[in-house]
Amino acid sequence: MLKVDNINVYYGAIHAIKDVSFEVQEGEIVTLIGANGAGKSTILKTISGLLHTRTGSIHYEGKDLKGIAPHNIVKMGVAHVPEGRRMFSRMTVEENLQMGAFTQPAASVADSLENVYSRFPRLKERRKQVAGTLSGGEQQMLAMGRALMSKPKLMMMDEPSMGLAPILVEQIFDIIKELNQAGSTILLVEQNALMALSVANRGYVLETGRIVLSASAKDLLNNDSVKKAYLGG
Amino acid sequence: MSFLSYLINGISLGSIYAIIALGYTMVYGIAKMLNFAHGDVIMVGAYVCFFAVTRFSLPPVVGVLLAMVVCTLLGMLIERLAYKPLRSAPSLAVLITAIGMSYFLQNSAQLLWTSNPKVFSSVVGNGALKLFDGQLSISYVTIVTIIICFAIIALLLFIVQNTKMGKAMRACSEDKGAAMLMGINVNTTISFTFAIGSALAAIAGVLLCSAYPTLMPTTGSLPGIKAFTAAVFGGIGSIPGAFLGGILLGVIEIFAKAYISTQLSDAIVFAVLILVLVIKPTGLLGHEIHEKV
Ligand SMILES: Nc1ncnc2c1ncn2[C@@H]1O[C@H](COP(=O)(O)OP(=O)(O)OP(=O)(O)O)[C@@H](O)[C@H]1O
Ligand SMILES: [Mg+2]
Repeated sequence: MLKVDNINVYYGAIHAIKDVSFEVQEGEIVTLIGANGAGKSTILKTISGLLHTRTGSIHYEGKDLKGIAPHNIVKMGVAHVPEGRRMFSRMTVEENLQMGAFTQPAASVADSLENVYSRFPRLKERRKQVAGTLSGGEQQMLAMGRALMSKPKLMMMDEPSMGLAPILVEQIFDIIKELNQAGSTILLVEQNALMALSVANRGYVLETGRIVLSASAKDLLNNDSVKKAYLGG
Repeated sequence: MSFLSYLINGISLGSIYAIIALGYTMVYGIAKMLNFAHGDVIMVGAYVCFFAVTRFSLPPVVGVLLAMVVCTLLGMLIERLAYKPLRSAPSLAVLITAIGMSYFLQNSAQLLWTSNPKVFSSVVGNGALKLFDGQLSISYVTIVTIIICFAIIALLLFIVQNTKMGKAMRACSEDKGAAMLMGINVNTTISFTFAIGSALAAIAGVLLCSAYPTLMPTTGSLPGIKAFTAAVFGGIGSIPGAFLGGILLGVIEIFAKAYISTQLSDAIVFAVLILVLVIKPTGLLGHEIHEKV
């Protein structure tokens, strides 16, 4: 479904992503794990069209994404839940969700809203609340709900567990599994390697802009160097 | 009775400031830049209407519509050519470009139309409404200006709250990156914002010159600065703020002229502005500025 082939991404002179290639098949949960600054967010932003690669290509459903503007990539069915949630903090919960459905026909928005509210009842309770005043966990739910409003085929999530209490992290990962079972393909970026690998089918390990390991999630969980570097021994 | 008359004239002048301030505030809210050329777009609008009516003998309404069309295109062109390439440049570079654009428009106007003042004839005629046995006389321009300003505010609030483009504008004003990830075309949204602001500038130019009939290449400059002040006063980025700031500025200016001193009126206006900003740095209706990291 997604094929990233030999991309190199720069911030000015900084070479952030080096010869990265990976794939996501339809129906999978694939995770990119790596430490701070490894380049995880940069990869997602490049897929979304916010950044550009100097080499190689990114294909989504067989189409080359080169030169396609970010808003059109969303229309093609790719949703990106950005790092730090990026709520529209002055809008209400419901308005944020409606923004998520920007690419969708107006007639379908009510249904999508009901759908998101049934998955996140908490958001329904808070629908009139201004997003900036939500708790961190609620904001993460809103960010995921907002992405779902665009009816994505591929959902990319950037560190959904960041800053959340362990119980909430569990909840978020349960939801990710459910979304996947309901048919979404998921590309998950995480520092929390244990959680990410426990829900994913496959994983890639990123170190300073390069993929150093790729294997099934199960194998990565048992890999000694991964255990040492990312799973606390 | 003179108090009431001053008040009405103040609201009318303030309405013109408000209409101009809306252009500043919307562009600031969405593109996060101060479009100093905005005042000069007003002047262009007034010239277009002037020539349409005097040289081509078109009806005033057509003159106004023509001015709106020309200014809309001009505003979009300025954004496309001068500001868009600087979208990710430091804000100082953008500011200098905007000031340069302002001089460019003024100088072009001088070249095209000379700096001789033109006498603009009011698009709504020179009549006046007489009330209280003629003790209170309100010119039609004054009345029309106030009505148009209120209509514009109502329309804009409707657009921003209820239309798709309005929602895109709000999203872009909060976080352009996140807006893109919602599927919003940020370039189109910014361009649309310049278009609306510039169309309003055309209306403001015509109303301004209908009330104060001297038209020169520098005509837009001082009202532009005052309207910018009004936008800051009301809280830059806020549409109700621009409205409130504009009206208050107009009223304060007229009262200062009437009761204190004509020469000092501008100084008084700015003193009030500074006082407000000391007490409330975000302006009357402004919200805190969140810097995204
Ligand atoms: N806007 C930028 N300008 C310059 N360098 C940047 C920029 N954004 C990221 N970088 C650099 O690119 C590298 C990769 O950053 P990226 O944000 O992709 O890392 P990450 O893996 O997502 O890290 P984290 O887990 O901390 O979010 C880092 O070295 C970072 O300093
Ligand atoms: Mg990151």
